[in-house]
Amino acid sequence: MRKIILLLSAACIAALAVVGTLKKKDHEESALEKLREKYSVKHSPSVDHSKFAVLKQKFSSPQQVTGACISCHNERHTEVMKSNHWNWEREEYVKGRGIVYLGKKNAINNFCIGVQGNEQSCAKCHIGYGLSGGEMNYKDPNNIDCLVCHDNTETYAKANEKGGAPDASLDLNNIAQHVGRPERSNCGVCHFFGGGGNNVKHGDLDKAMFQPSREVDVHMASEGANMQCVDCHLTDKHNISGKLYSLSSMNHNRVTCEQCHTENPHESEVLNEHTLKVACQTCHISTYAKANYTKKSWDWSAAGKLKNGEPFIEEDSKGNDTYMSIKGKFVWGKELKPEYIWFNGNATHYLLGDKIKDTSAPLMLNPFAGNYKDTESKIIPVKIHRARQPFDPVNMLLIQPKLYAENKGEGAFWKDFNWQKSAEEGMKEAGLPFSGRVSFMRTESNWPVNHMVATKENAVKCNECHTRENGRLAALNDFYMPGRNYSSLIDGLGKFLLWATLLAILVHGGLRIAGSLKKKGAKQ
Amino acid sequence: MRRAYVYKAFERFWHWMQAILIMFLAFTGFEIHGSLSFFGFEDAVKYHNIAASALLILIAFAIFWHLTTGEWRQYIPTSRNIKAQLDYYLFGIFRNAPHPVKKTVLSKLNPLQKLVYFGLKVLVIPVIVTSGLLYMFYRYPQRHGVEGLNIESLQAVALVHTAAAFLLAVFIIAHLYLITTGTTVLSNLRAMLTGYEDLEEEAEEKEEEAIEEAVEEPAEEISSIKNF
Repeated sequence: MRKIILLLSAACIAALAVVGTLKKKDHEESALEKLREKYSVKHSPSVDHSKFAVLKQKFSSPQQVTGACISCHNERHTEVMKSNHWNWEREEYVKGRGIVYLGKKNAINNFCIGVQGNEQSCAKCHIGYGLSGGEMNYKDPNNIDCLVCHDNTETYAKANEKGGAPDASLDLNNIAQHVGRPERSNCGVCHFFGGGGNNVKHGDLDKAMFQPSREVDVHMASEGANMQCVDCHLTDKHNISGKLYSLSSMNHNRVTCEQCHTENPHESEVLNEHTLKVACQTCHISTYAKANYTKKSWDWSAAGKLKNGEPFIEEDSKGNDTYMSIKGKFVWGKELKPEYIWFNGNATHYLLGDKIKDTSAPLMLNPFAGNYKDTESKIIPVKIHRARQPFDPVNMLLIQPKLYAENKGEGAFWKDFNWQKSAEEGMKEAGLPFSGRVSFMRTESNWPVNHMVATKENAVKCNECHTRENGRLAALNDFYMPGRNYSSLIDGLGKFLLWATLLAILVHGGLRIAGSLKKKGAKQ
Repeated sequence: MRRAYVYKAFERFWHWMQAILIMFLAFTGFEIHGSLSFFGFEDAVKYHNIAASALLILIAFAIFWHLTTGEWRQYIPTSRNIKAQLDYYLFGIFRNAPHPVKKTVLSKLNPLQKLVYFGLKVLVIPVIVTSGLLYMFYRYPQRHGVEGLNIESLQAVALVHTAAAFLLAVFIIAHLYLITTGTTVLSNLRAMLTGYEDLEEEAEEKEEEAIEEAVEEPAEEISSIKNF
């Protein structure tokens, strides 16, 4: 009787457990399916611009097109003129500095170093016209380049070194009549080519993303959801959300995965727990620079070598420049594993004129704040770009050299190959002192890896971090991670106890066997 | 010598389930710890958590069984005969000396067993269970905004859990060996499998018999109901 009751209750519990684990809530649409549904609805414009008379007039200058845009969209230009894209700077509060207007004017990087003295060529990626003669008229709304972002014909292109003006051969009427919501091509034409070439700076933004495959980016895949940049970088009144921390400091106006996927997107609770300390990108972007090479390091100190008095370029077998007389030595990489750092959304920056304190270690140009104990911090993947770049060892300042000029003899490094002269010119334009001495030091910059999200099958596996040797997070050692960390004291004592027990068993058992054999022998 | 029913059905079920679960937990646990690799980290965690939940359910039933049957009294440690038992394991066993403490249905455990099992039950198991639960549910308070309950780091929890795991592993190894120190090499194992064991009769036999009769009576009653 008692046995039957026990058996029955055991069977009931087993049955309940089996039903509980096997039952799938398949009637409930998953959050991911709802998102797929939402983004499969394609945007349809509310007006047909080709029917507007104002866009049929013959345009002789791009400014006229802008005038026509503003004649209908008569407040939009005020929004644009408040934007980072227009002003090339952000008002940021930086700890220890107060309010800083952070932007291309005062920041320094470890690629082409800065825009000072190079505005002419940099204007190719500014959303304005008329940036000639070093000064830009930021007040004239007709200088806004509406088309570079809103052209849907994919024919609009800015000309080289024309202060931001488009190519003269373009059919501005056709373009103006086919404007609309920005597409990947509009953003990509600048953002994929930062640093003077495809994928040079970011590593996770490259021309492969004009029409990416699912393997390159699961969201933007043209055969998949085909999402556009602005689907995530939501925009209100021309204030585009999301920004890169090479030129921003504050934890606001960011784009996050969570804005669509929530903080608990996994079926597994164990994985959901991770989102408290680990950013989505950390696991879901296993490699970057998937399709094309990105620049890993740049050694300016090697620049300036000439062959027969002429600058030259060396390429590797993959077609990447490994040496350029005007820029120095490069190392490129493809399908790279990111490095990982803690980040709470706040960064600081080395700004032009800041004193360098220590030249023995690499100088991080945009250090990210964060650590394990900080509840706002998460582990994020970054590309760290390493360089050797010029500095003034007397004044202890990074040097902003003058790189570009029309003619030789103006002090531009790219024409004259003279560091002293270009440093002197560059620092003069920046309004900074120069001792006359140029030396080179190691610098680093952080480039958060946010794009090229992998398919879920290709996400980082648990044991790539939870492992004793060479895990992805090996460099982040301010916390205990199962599978990686252990106490050598506890493990040592534990192992000692285990071996001591085994040894005792061997000795004890051996003595017992010997004892019984002896007894047997005695009996016989 | 007399055959006695020493280990009841549930007791044996509990014992073997516990043995399997603890060994499986040790295996998967040390994989999570990074000491070995077999299932892969992800599956090791999954299986470890499932086995841990199963063990918790088993422990709940075992506590209920021990309390309702009064079997928990078996584990009350005693200082009586501890030295004799130690002497036996260290010297007597090699000379084929008799066990110093006779095993009876009412006192299945020798004084050293009592002490060790008591230690397991009040110290090692509670520590490994508590640290395991904290390990599993760690950070949930913070996630739900209860900062005050937040455990800042997994480290303390994990280290305690690891230390307890080493102790349990040592216990299991020693236990597996000590199984062979019964009347014959296999008699303890057989007893835990079948429930029956040949026990030496003692001077207190009379008392014992009287009690056994009392125990057997209801059994008879049940069988008569069955027949009916």
